[in-house]
Amino acid sequence: MSRGLRLIPIILFLFVLSGLAWRLVKPADTAIPSQMIQRPVPQFALPPALPGKPGLATTDLATGRPRLINIFASWCLPCASEGKVLQELNHRGVSIDGIAVRDTPDAIAAFLARNGDPYERIGADRQSELQIALGSSGVPETFLVDGRGVLRRQYIGPLTDANIPGVLQELEQAR
Amino acid sequence: MKPLAFALLLLVTEPLLADSNLPPAYWANRELPNPRQEAEAQALMEQLRCLVCQGQSIADSDAELAGDMRDLVRRRIAAGEKPNAIRSWLIQRYGTWISYKPTAEPAAWPLWLAPLALLLIGAWLIRRRIKLKASG
Repeated sequence: MSRGLRLIPIILFLFVLSGLAWRLVKPADTAIPSQMIQRPVPQFALPPALPGKPGLATTDLATGRPRLINIFASWCLPCASEGKVLQELNHRGVSIDGIAVRDTPDAIAAFLARNGDPYERIGADRQSELQIALGSSGVPETFLVDGRGVLRRQYIGPLTDANIPGVLQELEQAR
Repeated sequence: MKPLAFALLLLVTEPLLADSNLPPAYWANRELPNPRQEAEAQALMEQLRCLVCQGQSIADSDAELAGDMRDLVRRRIAAGEKPNAIRSWLIQRYGTWISYKPTAEPAAWPLWLAPLALLLIGAWLIRRRIKLKASG
């Protein structure tokens, strides 16, 4: 066996080692983006999540104006931190609808009393059915829907103050 | 005193990924009455990846979202939908990521070709060795 061939296992070993080191330094992104972006919102009709506020259906979304759909739950801690940001967006004229995942009317009412209520409508998604239909994998997530009812953007995880300019710009572009 | 108070406070914190306040979906942990359909559903659930516990199948995962997905799979199988149709419906939403079944996409070709390539290299090495022995 020639000298060069003998080096092959060592080179392979170093190759594997560098691959492992790279992933340790830069862990893989575990977020699963929805493949529904640039597609119309699937057909659905969710019942109201709490009395006094309408539920949410596909027909409420193609209104000619872009809006946000916020997927949240009263049992989700990051969702509470997002409340202020959604209210700020609401104050700036953004229409926001909510989808309450696996939740009860009482818990949602208490959650909104604590964290503010930026929602025009809230649909109850008691078995995560709509969440799965949208390709969403957790709470909180926010989808941007354009005026024709097409999903344009997905924000995974809680929105922060830093997101506000970007969201407003994307809403403007989705007109 | 302060560290103790902090330690006590830690005891009452909630986990970040708290469970919801609803019981599992009806078909999440219940077998379909028709054994053939249940077998079909089980086979499919073992090939679908859980979105929360990303190394597990939805058949193995205790995550609530996995339970809701099992409910979805069983209800659709009971309604007569084919497992492959349900799989494509989910792939349309989450990408091929959601399915453990290897695809025939170009990205997976090296995976399919690797065993063949290794077999050929092995055969070549053996042939060379036999030739060397014969000549030496």
